[in-house]
Amino acid sequence: MSTLLSFRDVWVEYGDRIIIEKLNLDIEEGAFVSIVGPSGAGKSSFLRLILGQEGPSRGVITLDGTALAPECGPDRGVVFQRYSVFPHLTVLRNTVFGLECAKAPVLGRLFGRTRHAAEAEATEMLNAVGLGHSLDLYPAQMSGGMQQRLAIAQALVKRPRVLLLDEPFGALDPGIRADMHALIRRLWREYSLTIVMVTHDIREAFTLGTRVLALDKRRHDPHAPHRYGATVVYDLPMRARPEELSETSDDITIDVIRNN
Amino acid sequence: MLLGAVPILLLLLLYIVMAASRHAVNPADKILPLPGAMVESMSALLFVPDQLTGQLVFWADTAASLQRLGIGLGISTLTALVVGLALGVLPPVRATFGPLVTGIAVIPPIALLPILFIALGLGETAKIALIVIGIAPVMVRDIAAHVAALPREQIIKALTLGANSWQVMIRVALPQAMPRLLHAMRLALGPAWVFLISAEAIASDVGLGYRIFLVRRYLSMDVILPYVAWIALLAIVMDVALTFLSRRMFPWAHGESH
Repeated sequence: MSTLLSFRDVWVEYGDRIIIEKLNLDIEEGAFVSIVGPSGAGKSSFLRLILGQEGPSRGVITLDGTALAPECGPDRGVVFQRYSVFPHLTVLRNTVFGLECAKAPVLGRLFGRTRHAAEAEATEMLNAVGLGHSLDLYPAQMSGGMQQRLAIAQALVKRPRVLLLDEPFGALDPGIRADMHALIRRLWREYSLTIVMVTHDIREAFTLGTRVLALDKRRHDPHAPHRYGATVVYDLPMRARPEELSETSDDITIDVIRNN
Repeated sequence: MLLGAVPILLLLLLYIVMAASRHAVNPADKILPLPGAMVESMSALLFVPDQLTGQLVFWADTAASLQRLGIGLGISTLTALVVGLALGVLPPVRATFGPLVTGIAVIPPIALLPILFIALGLGETAKIALIVIGIAPVMVRDIAAHVAALPREQIIKALTLGANSWQVMIRVALPQAMPRLLHAMRLALGPAWVFLISAEAIASDVGLGYRIFLVRRYLSMDVILPYVAWIALLAIVMDVALTFLSRRMFPWAHGESH
């Protein structure tokens, strides 16, 4: 598989505070990368870099071989822990949003046949995440799990090159979380997605990811803790290929997939 | 609904008892007129054309006041939407014009009334300008704060879905500002009435506030009280209509199933 995202000697600095230092990393196409690490170890900075919310102070990030501009774009989809759906739009309108933005730059809305085509495409995606029967609900009428399903469908309908998940299941209760794990794994397989997921849940990181990256500071100066930034301290490949995952095992543990 | 009517009915009853007791002592009492006297003087204003102007005074007053209020509220609402959105969504605009809006908002509008009369004359413009200056800055700040407080995640999400700044403005910020705008209008109605009555009291020849301050000279409580009740009724109807409109048009903002 080819390299999709690549970090070359990337630094993030705010004044004399170093957040990320000398990050070198290649993410393969089709990988499911889990990012773990203590608070303040640059996990969110790392995600913001890929999102384009900010650019690196030094170094280059490339996506498909071209340098990433420091702005958000439709080639990188994102699902946040909360607030990533639009409360004023129904499920269907939320999902059509991305398609409308591309095709209707001035009005931001589609009409007639193009609208029907977009709605059909969005409905198909909503069926895939299990929201096919809730097209006309508003987010406030749905549970947290359903809102996250919607956020995923919303991002996937744009066919992003990489899907970023920022603690996507952190606010859900355990039963729902297991359902969501099964869902994201199925979508990852069916749509051949490349996923980068930041999580606090170590177990989640290991069960879902094909590769687990731990971000942390490599060195620590007690007199000037801000002078050393974080980088990848552990890089653990979990499974060679996604196909090895059995279809039926919804409750995989490290033992089941035999990679410990 | 019924329970809420009890205190109002008790107050009305108390008024009638007090009015009756005053009239028992002095049948010519003007301070607390009996309902009969109110009906009598109001029917003259309601149904008998004025000898000088040929108009039905009560309805002419109502139309004039509602027109001023409506234009003032309309201009303020439009300003709040356009300026509030720009201030809320675009940080450079906020940095440039935010302090100006805050500065205007803290000036007591009545203190500007003489300036308005001098600059704009004693006509309709000055009265409408007073209402606009009185309520628009508060509404602008409210909308700007509301829009600026939209979660950062939502904006990022919209950008990753391919939206540009314009689309973020009209598809994400504008629709979410609308229910807030109706709410701001409801809250602005109270001050708007205050500024309307003040402007009419000082320089006017028609209007609800003008009439109240005119007949005050003759201690005509039999006209003042029905006028005040009418103003209260108009204000309540507007408030209820705005609430209804908001629930009807933006069900998602009220957490209801539709």
